[in-house]
Amino acid sequence: MSHDPLIIVLIAMIGGAIRVSTPFMFVALGECLTEKSGRINLGLEGTLVLGAMLAYATAYQTGSPWLGILAGGAAGVFLGSLHGYLCKLPKVNDIAVGIAMMSFGIGLAFFFGKPYIQPQAPRLPAIPLGGWTGVPQLAEALQINPLFLVGIAAAIVMAWAFANTKWGLIIRTTGDSAAAARAMGVSVDWVRYLATTIGGFLAGVGGSFLSLSYPGSWNEGLSSGQGLMAVALVIFARWSPIRCVMAALLFGAAGALGPSLQSVGITQGYYLFNAAPYILTLLILIASSGSQQAFRAAPGELSITK
Amino acid sequence: MLTMAGVNRRKFLQTTAASAAGLTLGTASFRAARAATDLTVGVIYVGARDDFGWNQAHAVAVQALKGVPGVKVVEEENVPETDAVAKTMESMINLDGAALILPTSFGYYSPFMIEEAKSHPDVQFRHAAPLWTDKDPKNAGSYFAFLDQAHYIDGVAAGAASVSGKLGFVAAKPIGIVLRNINSFLLGARTVNPKATCQVIFTGEWSLPVREAEATNALVDAGCDLITCHVDGPKVVIQTAESRGVKTCGHNASQAPLAPKGFVTGAEYKWITIYKGFAELLGKGQPLPNITFGGYDKDMVQNTPYGAGATDKARMAADAAIKDLKAGKPIWTTAVKDNKGQVVLPNAPYDNYAPDLNSMTYLIEGVIGSAS
Amino acid sequence: MSDVADPTVPLHGAALDRASAGKSPTLMRLRAASEFIVIPVLAVMAAFLLFSLFLLAIGKSPLTFLSLLWLGGFGTAFSWGNTLQRASPLILTALAVAVPAQLGLTVIGGEGALVLGGFAAAAIAVPFVGTGMPALIVMPLMIVFALAAGGLWVGLAGWLRYRRGVNETISSLLLSYIAIAIMNFFVEGPMRDLNQPMKASTLPIGTAYMVPAMPHLSVHWGFATGVVLALVLGVLMQRTTFGFAAKITGGNMRAAQAQGLPVGRLILTCALISGACAGLAGYFEVAAVQGRANASLAAGYGFTGILVSFLARHNPIAVVPVAILFGGLGAAGGIVQRRMGMPDATVLVLQGFIFVVLLASETLYGRFRIFQMGGSGGRA
Repeated sequence: MSHDPLIIVLIAMIGGAIRVSTPFMFVALGECLTEKSGRINLGLEGTLVLGAMLAYATAYQTGSPWLGILAGGAAGVFLGSLHGYLCKLPKVNDIAVGIAMMSFGIGLAFFFGKPYIQPQAPRLPAIPLGGWTGVPQLAEALQINPLFLVGIAAAIVMAWAFANTKWGLIIRTTGDSAAAARAMGVSVDWVRYLATTIGGFLAGVGGSFLSLSYPGSWNEGLSSGQGLMAVALVIFARWSPIRCVMAALLFGAAGALGPSLQSVGITQGYYLFNAAPYILTLLILIASSGSQQAFRAAPGELSITK
Repeated sequence: MLTMAGVNRRKFLQTTAASAAGLTLGTASFRAARAATDLTVGVIYVGARDDFGWNQAHAVAVQALKGVPGVKVVEEENVPETDAVAKTMESMINLDGAALILPTSFGYYSPFMIEEAKSHPDVQFRHAAPLWTDKDPKNAGSYFAFLDQAHYIDGVAAGAASVSGKLGFVAAKPIGIVLRNINSFLLGARTVNPKATCQVIFTGEWSLPVREAEATNALVDAGCDLITCHVDGPKVVIQTAESRGVKTCGHNASQAPLAPKGFVTGAEYKWITIYKGFAELLGKGQPLPNITFGGYDKDMVQNTPYGAGATDKARMAADAAIKDLKAGKPIWTTAVKDNKGQVVLPNAPYDNYAPDLNSMTYLIEGVIGSAS
Repeated sequence: MSDVADPTVPLHGAALDRASAGKSPTLMRLRAASEFIVIPVLAVMAAFLLFSLFLLAIGKSPLTFLSLLWLGGFGTAFSWGNTLQRASPLILTALAVAVPAQLGLTVIGGEGALVLGGFAAAAIAVPFVGTGMPALIVMPLMIVFALAAGGLWVGLAGWLRYRRGVNETISSLLLSYIAIAIMNFFVEGPMRDLNQPMKASTLPIGTAYMVPAMPHLSVHWGFATGVVLALVLGVLMQRTTFGFAAKITGGNMRAAQAQGLPVGRLILTCALISGACAGLAGYFEVAAVQGRANASLAAGYGFTGILVSFLARHNPIAVVPVAILFGGLGAAGGIVQRRMGMPDATVLVLQGFIFVVLLASETLYGRFRIFQMGGSGGRA
């Protein structure tokens, strides 16, 4: 075992990036898809929480965590399609609907989730990829959940599809200029509806990771704003699926800083260390801003970036 | 919709007036007055009633009050420690006619419960923390089970069950009760293994599952081979530690089923003892004392039956220590230093309920962590 | 969004006069304005109807629920006090969202500004406790510090937006978490009152510097302050050049810039006002409620304020009734739990129903002829 404090902290950050990043990744990817189509769904926090609850309940009732993931995704489809439908109505503001969906999703999750706080549902198995290292901490850090890999794969597929497929082009055009999309004969509302629904599905799957893998339990404090943060990370990632993954990894790694510093005896000021992910994100955001790059990347139809 | 609140309350006032004499109990019985009317008790929780933690421990035990004839219990959960709790108390008094209020979260006490007690002298208030002093309103009071005694037993068993002697503690916030539990845990461990240390990680929140899991992982990575905690819901900590293959001690309620391989024992409240006592007094129409507290000696705390992680040595040492506590033997027998080298508790030995122990603001030598 | 009319812009003079030619203008105005009352009221009723179906589905009585909701939120003088007290911080935190929203900015960091404002107010008051310094000096000082701390915090997000193009939604959210961490750091560390062992708090600000309840009411002065501020900001946004400039900027920021409007100053000013409103809410939490600063300042008022502002369509004056509705639901939630044995999340679900239906109802504006200026009253 290695007991050098610096190495312990570094390993913890690698582990943290892998353990904590997955829900951020899924929510951010879902939101990325939605926003690329020109609509914003601020309500994925509600989707994450409802997805987590429904996934846990389903896994507990059926004994299968894989069915749980599907149920989490279904919760996301439900809220996402509701959001998509409401926003199709004229004069309805997508940001406001998102906030409504957030409280609606959380409300439903808390209301129906009470009986599932205590029981233990089967958890998703992890793939041990670190056995070769011979360092127990590193071996543990490299216990990788399949959803983590699925998330990365989804990001790569999404990035490729945006750039190289007809569907990618349709979504990007819809997001950049509704008029241009209409000229192409595309139903703008329909594209956005689908993008919001699929985005919701991804966020719901992200929720299932929280309750079925890490920390692997359902209770009302489970998310603590991760869905909201992940939506914000999309802006940080400038609407690139690959950068969404990197932002999620960075956020997870920074989140591990607080606890691991305390574990090696740096115990003062842990509130400030625990805020490291937020401080770091803000600093990078400021450093990388000012350039016109950020504006160019933003989908032209997005109400939040106008 | 309004109940006969005023009438009930006044009756209850008559019956409890006799108790307003500080620590001494009024013994006058007034069954006649009580039998004629009903008593509504309002219970307030800071989180969800089924949180598998602090609130659930109370909510389960409060059931004891519901069995008392003529007593009606109304409960409200997820009430924050803001003016919301003041309004909830007033609402219970004004709309439900509650004549006894049991707020169960630390932060409800001051200013909220104290203010309500002052403005409603005809309503009784009992708060679940050792905070009431005779300077506070006489219609208020405290009840508490001193879980540090059970954490001390956890420590004794942990000291014996841990191979490395490095113990880990995931804690929510550095408040008096939490610090006392951590200190008692290490003190217990050191009775078996004088070289034992305890590494603490504060999460900063009462319930923050992701950080609790991260903290557990960090402690295991730092070499701790036994983890315990003081957070609202210990499920995540115990589960994570078990999956990392280290031993665990529980908190609040039994977590034994969560850790079939590594569970040693756990510190459990027995609020039922206190609430049953309240129920008996209410049933007889007697007033509640201003202060109700105890530990092992009064059967108000217990330890979870030993799990697979408890070695024979751990079981024997813990059993012996439990016997001592039941006999009222003090835990804090000698002066100790805090982890900054200052002598604290200079007037040892202390009675297990000595006020000095309630206001711990430090971590003792051997605990790696910072209380501020 | 761009192809959709901004729902926050109410019908204005010119259109109104044109349409109402030949009819009594006051009557026409009233008819047009009534749309903004009738539709939301019907929507809330529809939400309650839907929620009643939900209750029936889980085997609870909607009638009991509604009567308890009435009793707990509005049925007695006490209930009104309860409702208004809960509405007080929400008015201020909703204004913190509504004001920058005029510029098209989505600020969701009111929580942080509230926490810092409250903390600053406590931090400046604590050293004066016991010195005999008159409240007439200390209390204004506390207010100034709260306004400044909150204002600077959201102002920073505004400045970053204007100067560096940093999106204000994400920066204000991040700043919010950082603010809470800063407050917790001081409250549990350097500024902790060690005589308060069970909850990390600063020293008390003392009764001399506390804000009393309003006379004859069990509601603190934060409520009155919020209402006055909402009116002032409503007038500012709807009746002044500043408000007009803000609206134009909100419609199209680049065009406004091209027209020579001081966009930077508008952003900064609105961000400062936003933060100051939230900071003021923090001041009242410390000076009227807690009596000290502690983690309970972060009770979620900032986040609920976002909901309130969106439901009020960012109209500062409409914020007041919406906040009262929220306060009432919160106040009634307790008695619903106690009498019906339902979980606290019941009110969250109801809120969700109300939001969804109320927002969906925005599509109905302008669709009913009965509200139209010409007064063709239902004839197709």
